[in-house]
Amino acid sequence: MSRKPLADEAPDADTAVVRFDDVSMRYGRAPETLKDLTFALAPGSFHFLTGPSGAGKSSLLKLIYLAAKPSKGLLHLFGEDVSAVAPADQPFLRRRIGVVFQEFRLLEHLSTFDNVALPLRLAGARPEEYRQDVAELLTWVGLKRRMHAMPATLAGGEKQRLAIARAVVGRPDILLADEPTGNVDHEMGLRILRLFVELNRMGTTVLLATHDQDLVARSGKPVLHLEDGRLVNHAPSERAW
Amino acid sequence: MSEVFDPRQWKPAPFLPERDTRDGALVFVVAVLCFMACLTALGVIASNRAARGWTAQLNGEATIVVRPQANESPDAAAARAAETLAGVTGVAEARALERATAEALIAPWVGDVADLEDLPVPRLVAVTLDPKRPATAQALDAALEAQGIDAQVDDHSVWIKDIQRAAGLARWFGIGVFSLIAAAAAAVVAFATRAGLAARRDVVEVLHYTGAEPAFIARLFQARFARMAAGAGLFGAVAAAGVGAVLRLVGGGAGLTPVLPIRWLDLLAVLPCPLVAALVAALAARVTAAALVRELA
Repeated sequence: MSRKPLADEAPDADTAVVRFDDVSMRYGRAPETLKDLTFALAPGSFHFLTGPSGAGKSSLLKLIYLAAKPSKGLLHLFGEDVSAVAPADQPFLRRRIGVVFQEFRLLEHLSTFDNVALPLRLAGARPEEYRQDVAELLTWVGLKRRMHAMPATLAGGEKQRLAIARAVVGRPDILLADEPTGNVDHEMGLRILRLFVELNRMGTTVLLATHDQDLVARSGKPVLHLEDGRLVNHAPSERAW
Repeated sequence: MSEVFDPRQWKPAPFLPERDTRDGALVFVVAVLCFMACLTALGVIASNRAARGWTAQLNGEATIVVRPQANESPDAAAARAAETLAGVTGVAEARALERATAEALIAPWVGDVADLEDLPVPRLVAVTLDPKRPATAQALDAALEAQGIDAQVDDHSVWIKDIQRAAGLARWFGIGVFSLIAAAAAAVVAFATRAGLAARRDVVEVLHYTGAEPAFIARLFQARFARMAAGAGLFGAVAAAGVGAVLRLVGGGAGLTPVLPIRWLDLLAVLPCPLVAALVAALAARVTAAALVRELA
């Protein structure tokens, strides 16, 4: 077993891509969904986020992509305390974060190509600056022949790869994925995991939420394990990718 | 779909769907309300004109009841009074009414009497006043008195006050109804816009989490709903103008005179409708989109 304790990986506050300091979170007046989380993700790291349903995996991801706020503690993204980031600056912070949503959240009225180009258009890039990159990315994720296609006509695995392409096209500093293999068969799940590993090799920090223990076991990547909103150290498998 | 895709030929698609089946009901409701608001506006304009017409007509006329002297006939007394009044400053025309006309005027009060010869039917002089500088009742009275004519001047002031009061009430009632319909139209436009935008929450979320700035999202929806409301407003306005045109044609040169005298130029009153509908929808969409994004944040 080549488990690396989280503490050993913890970078200092300045270099961490994500840093939780005693962070808790609740929805409204409900009991805390996440409790006293303290961990950091180093640049270029790859972590799985595991735990049973309702453990708080999606909530933790929401905190990172700024869809929710901590009710307690300090959350730093790219060295910045998110509570001190002005609302007007949050979109710029979000552009450094790629998110693969569990339910894909593709825009149904846009083609595959347009969906992937969306983050770049929103960032103000001109089509001539990115259309070749978008085409290459779609080729890389295996959707070369589906660039015209509308999301409704895509199969589950194709939608998943499209969602991944949209999440990474802006070369985000961190890629978050919520159950990216939950809607595909085992074989497709492995292909998708290889994509994430490839992206990580290119320098993208990856945090992948899943409860597919087999996938985690095959990867050999470190794991953040949540139980009832609390972070519990968890050993990765020995097999390395 | 497997045809060859050439990225160089690719053109970015609009961020929002160009057409949405959910828009149909919204367009219909906005169009109907704009139609009603425009029609009410035309009604207010026409009824206002009718009221002004009635008042002006009464203001511009006076009726003189002439009582003949013992030594002259009623017709001669009326003719003398008309001649006297015609020379008064501020009188455009004075005309003695014939006995038959006078009898016709009192017929509604005395009933169907076969022979009115024995009744002392008063002779009347109809006076048309100069609209620029109308003579006063006192001036008419003084002129008749100076000529020794026994007469009573009726400048319609009693009627004018009642007519003016009724016209004023009708005008304010019309404005009130128009304001209510316009306010209801604005509220429905705003409500429908908010409902339409809430139905596109999925699009707002994707844009938001993909890094769109809140102002950008608000502008997108603002433009989208403003265009939609402007189209619906235009449809309602054109329909109302069409109805106004039909009323104008059916009623002849004075419209449904004297109740609703519509003029062709009145139809231009519907022109601001699409703009106002667009502004209300744009404002509602902007506020709603901003609130939605705040909620997401």
